[in-house]
Amino acid sequence: MKVLKIATAGSVDDGKSTLIGRILYDTKSLTDDKLEAIEEKSRQRGFDYLDFSLATDGLIAEREQGITIDVAHIYFSTPSKSFIIADTPGHIEYTRNMVTGASTAQASIVLIDARNGVVEQTYRHFFINNLLRIKDVVIAINKMDLVDFSEEKYNIIKGEIEYLASKSEYKGQNLTFIPLSALKGDNVVERSENTPWYTGETLLHHLENLDSEDISEVSQVRFPVQTVIRPKTEEFHDFRGYAGKIYGGDLEIGDKVLVLPSLTKSRIKGIHFFDKEYARAKSGSSVTITLEDNVNVSRGDMLVKVNEAPKISKELEATICWMDKEPLEASQKYFIKHGVNDAQAKITQLSSIIKTDFSGIEENPFQLVLNQIGDIQLKLSKPLLFDSYKDNKSNGSFILINPKTNNTVGVGFIK
Amino acid sequence: MWFAYLKDMIMNQRTIQVDALESEAIYIFREVVAQFEKPVLLFSGGKDSITLVRLAQKAFYPAKIPFPLMHIDTGHNFPETIEFRDRLVKELGVELIVRNVQDNIDSGRVKEETGRYASRNMLQTETLLDAIEEFGFDACIGGARRDEEKARAKERIFSVRDDFGQWDEKNQRPEVFDMLNGRIDLGQNVRVFPISNWTELDVWSYIKQENIEIPSIYFAHIRPTFLRDGMIWSSDDEIVYREESERVAHRLVRFRTVGDMSCTAAVLSEAATIDAVVKEIRASTISERGARIDDKRSEAAMEKRKQQGYF
Repeated sequence: MKVLKIATAGSVDDGKSTLIGRILYDTKSLTDDKLEAIEEKSRQRGFDYLDFSLATDGLIAEREQGITIDVAHIYFSTPSKSFIIADTPGHIEYTRNMVTGASTAQASIVLIDARNGVVEQTYRHFFINNLLRIKDVVIAINKMDLVDFSEEKYNIIKGEIEYLASKSEYKGQNLTFIPLSALKGDNVVERSENTPWYTGETLLHHLENLDSEDISEVSQVRFPVQTVIRPKTEEFHDFRGYAGKIYGGDLEIGDKVLVLPSLTKSRIKGIHFFDKEYARAKSGSSVTITLEDNVNVSRGDMLVKVNEAPKISKELEATICWMDKEPLEASQKYFIKHGVNDAQAKITQLSSIIKTDFSGIEENPFQLVLNQIGDIQLKLSKPLLFDSYKDNKSNGSFILINPKTNNTVGVGFIK
Repeated sequence: MWFAYLKDMIMNQRTIQVDALESEAIYIFREVVAQFEKPVLLFSGGKDSITLVRLAQKAFYPAKIPFPLMHIDTGHNFPETIEFRDRLVKELGVELIVRNVQDNIDSGRVKEETGRYASRNMLQTETLLDAIEEFGFDACIGGARRDEEKARAKERIFSVRDDFGQWDEKNQRPEVFDMLNGRIDLGQNVRVFPISNWTELDVWSYIKQENIEIPSIYFAHIRPTFLRDGMIWSSDDEIVYREESERVAHRLVRFRTVGDMSCTAAVLSEAATIDAVVKEIRASTISERGARIDDKRSEAAMEKRKQQGYF
């Protein structure tokens, strides 16, 4: 079954929970007992409509305060595809949560209230989609029923977003504009009769038809080694396999590979998945690889094709999204986790804060606080093997960990 | 030309594309072994933990699963589950640790519930925390899924617990891309959920695809049962409290989820094969945990149990 991961973004009252509830309801993904629970709670609270946010706000504190605190994952499927929606809160800490939700997403939905049009929050959501280079972005223009399904309103919003996109550095994005009403169901799952001027697909139809081949990033192959498998049994006495996940392309038996960081050359001898052997493994597969030569490979090392080496350096430049209450300041030390590789990192420079509303940058700031995005330079305790985020998402991103609290405090996108 | 065509054909047959969810789970297992010193797989005998065992086998083959399995035995398990557990462990040649809730009851550390809804479900937590301390486990791998329950939908893949096993739900580490931060202090441990992103149907499809054996109670069978609160309870007078007015009848049933006899209700079913089970789930209008009596205690039953160190 094909799986599509989607991130959602929207401001406070633009109807995100209603939209998700509507999708679940119309695809018959809400079971009777869950629906009954929502009906009963909605009644208890004196609402005269079904509050679908009750289906997704899983924590006591969220239900008490009527807000979403943390990313929730919602699962539904149609006959052709499985969907995972990362529902990210619109209020508090939205940058942190949206970056988290969007980091694994192949597509994203940005909600806009048709009455209010493009607001400051929209800029931010759009900015994060660009920073993370989400390939397929749906601009869902919601509450069309409250503007009499006006084509003019729709076109104004479309124009403003297209103008934003033209200013953005990331050009590979597919933008799709859909006029809808989550509350009434127009153009969500069923085509609406109220928008005869709209000839595009419904939201669900669009998501179903997205070809995941199209939205997956193709680049040079990276095989970071997670662990070495040595059974030491009689049957597999000399077996020495490198376990990991393939990113960015395919690997084949006979491929000439370079082992990093030792720069040793070898060839792929075998590709193992459980008790079978294969001639070729596709990108995204967790497999075990054996080499023809007896070379020294351990966790954190990387196999790449000869002539396709990534950068190997003890210094790097990155854009970072800060996720912790304790601010980032120059000269501070952290642990860095780059894929499955660990090192220590020192912030050598905090160059700028990037305004997420496209209003420019602030140079040489003193610190970067929670939910801010900025450019930094790092010095590392050992060389890391990395790509630029735009060339390879998994090998171009990292997290910083506070050594005192062990918490994940920031996520970086390598320049 | 024909040669290239032939080569393409042969290559395609011998090309592997590991399914996204399976690949993710295997990746998580390998991170656990690389990042922790003493992991353990929490095994209940249910379909989710059986699926975990198969994924662990795949992650490390041809080496054996490099950690033990642990079962927190309430003494209220279905006999079919225990028999299945012992056979599986023997086949795989892995170590099985069993810790009994009964021991804590006998020593007076915990007090057994009494009455109509008595269950040992809550008592498992204490036994689990004791075992974690006894063996010094730093990572406990479990089969919880986010689609099961709304508090679980907020759970991380690497979920940090303190000395008391508590889950600090409002202060969780962000998980970005597939980087997993397993750094902890002494005394803390991490609960790991490799099949977080699987749904009930994904698990069943996998069991079918892999031809994995599961306990017989998942399939339709005739069982002595009685009705209470619109649910079908297993009748076993030694374990499940029953009032005289609650009359026992033999019904054709199966279980959708397998917990204790005292907290898992059966559903009427004629599904005797995996295909029939999948068909039944697709058509079902009740969620999987709809038959879990332990969840019905209150809207926040799961979150409260998790805060106290539950699985």
